[in-house]
Amino acid sequence: MGNYIKRYWPVFVLPTLAAFIIGFIWPFIWGTYLSFFSFKTLSKTTFVGFQNYIDLFGKANFGFTDALGRTVIFTAITSVLINVIAFFIALALTRKLKGSNVFRTVFFLPNLIGGIVLGFTWKTLLNGVLSGMNMELLALNATHGFWGLVILTCWQQIGYMMVIYIAGLQNVPGDILEAAAIDGATPLQTLVKIKLPMVMPSITICAFLTLTNSFKLFDQNLALTGGEPNGTSQLLALNIYKTFTEYPKFKGVAQAKAFVFFLMVVAISLIQLYFTKRKEVQQ
Amino acid sequence: MQKNAKKAIAESSMMAGNMSKGGRTLNVVLSVVFALLCLVWIYPVALVLINSFKVETAITTSTIFNLPLGETFAGVDNYVYGVQKMNFLSSFGYSLLITVTSVALIILCCSMCAWFITRVNGVFSKVMYMLCVFSMVVPFQMVMFTLSKTADSLGLNTPFNICIIYLGFGAGLAVFMFTGFMRSVPVAMEEAAMIDGCNPLQIFFKVVFPILKPTAISTAILETMWVWNDYLLPQLVLDIKKYMTIPMAVQYFQGSFGRVEMGPMMACITITVIPIIILYLCSQKYIIEGVISGAVKG
Repeated sequence: MGNYIKRYWPVFVLPTLAAFIIGFIWPFIWGTYLSFFSFKTLSKTTFVGFQNYIDLFGKANFGFTDALGRTVIFTAITSVLINVIAFFIALALTRKLKGSNVFRTVFFLPNLIGGIVLGFTWKTLLNGVLSGMNMELLALNATHGFWGLVILTCWQQIGYMMVIYIAGLQNVPGDILEAAAIDGATPLQTLVKIKLPMVMPSITICAFLTLTNSFKLFDQNLALTGGEPNGTSQLLALNIYKTFTEYPKFKGVAQAKAFVFFLMVVAISLIQLYFTKRKEVQQ
Repeated sequence: MQKNAKKAIAESSMMAGNMSKGGRTLNVVLSVVFALLCLVWIYPVALVLINSFKVETAITTSTIFNLPLGETFAGVDNYVYGVQKMNFLSSFGYSLLITVTSVALIILCCSMCAWFITRVNGVFSKVMYMLCVFSMVVPFQMVMFTLSKTADSLGLNTPFNICIIYLGFGAGLAVFMFTGFMRSVPVAMEEAAMIDGCNPLQIFFKVVFPILKPTAISTAILETMWVWNDYLLPQLVLDIKKYMTIPMAVQYFQGSFGRVEMGPMMACITITVIPIIILYLCSQKYIIEGVISGAVKG
């Protein structure tokens, strides 16, 4: 079979390969290369070695370390909240409730709307609530901006993770649950001893998805607060974007920041892969 | 038959176990709680809808929660204004064009590529697959600057050919999903077609692609959700003075250019969101399945 179709490779692989090189491979290699240069425009680049990587923690930081800390806290909070809430909603919805399907439909809905539109919608809503309580608006208070973003992210992603948890819970075989019931297991015991271990794969997937989604969050951040006031509510992705657009002299540093960001995302993914592999061995 | 009977017994005993008196009360309580929670969940979207019918002066942070009654009711004025002055229809058209061409291209090219790399064993196939998986991990900020420069110099900066960029950037997920499925498909049928004298193209379109259909639908849904809502890529690649997609228009009009015209904004957002919701309600089954199969393989 392989040999028969091999000579047709220009038809089968070339279009994807060409677009992949244009859209991903080349920009990635070029971007990595440029992170070792200092430049304002591409016509004049100067090699600076690792200077950009030193500067990004020093004179060209522009809030990068703060944004990193904020992103880590944000990721931790949202990942825990989303997974716990989504799991319990899924648990309740698999109890054959009246209206389960309607609930599922509604909870998933926010995922179909883009981050920019969601950000605008929530900005309007939260500013209305804040002004009703006589508090500072989102763009004036970094704490409000941060928690607003937490609420928005949870509201959007709980439905997505819930769908995955429901699928996981439905895969728990009925006869095991029945056996547990006959043996006199309490609902809590059934949950901890049977359901939780059985949906472990779903938990790993959802944990990974929420971690990377929150870590890479951009659109919602841009539309909700835009980093205001003074960049104190911006996450990493927005910080890198702003370095590119607002400091034209430091494009090299921005590229170096992007590379550091990339390494951190890879690290998260590898840790995830490690845990998934270990689970597979156990089973 | 026997199997069904067993299942029925199991189910009935489970029902009996679940539906004790306490269980039933709990279910009623949960239903009520979730019904209320659903209202909270829809509220942000409803708020936009309500405000799209209000006059401009009635949409301030302190009056946002009021209903459009009497003097503040603007009818469809905001919609007319939004569509005419904000050039909304062209944004809608560009978004639609980009999404349809990109997703169609991704499905066609990536399914072909995935079939090739599963059936032809070799270093090339392995490397291609690894690169695709790798590309899913890389955050967009890593390539955004160089990608926009590359797109400019290759003339890929119009809504008509930006789909090539999307093919390149969306290839990772699509190839990954297709190869994941392809590996479980036995090669026998394709060999039979080969012996019957089909050339590889015929084999692919007549034998393989029909089998891939469920995966193609799931992948198409995931990619559509991504491309339709994507903000940063078109924002960097397209010339904002000439072409604007819907997310670009929303961000542009709420940006710092003087006072935001809230009424027309709300109207435009409503026009964008309503078709998505209708589409979702109609094809819900596929969307949920797409999300689940995407997650299982991811």
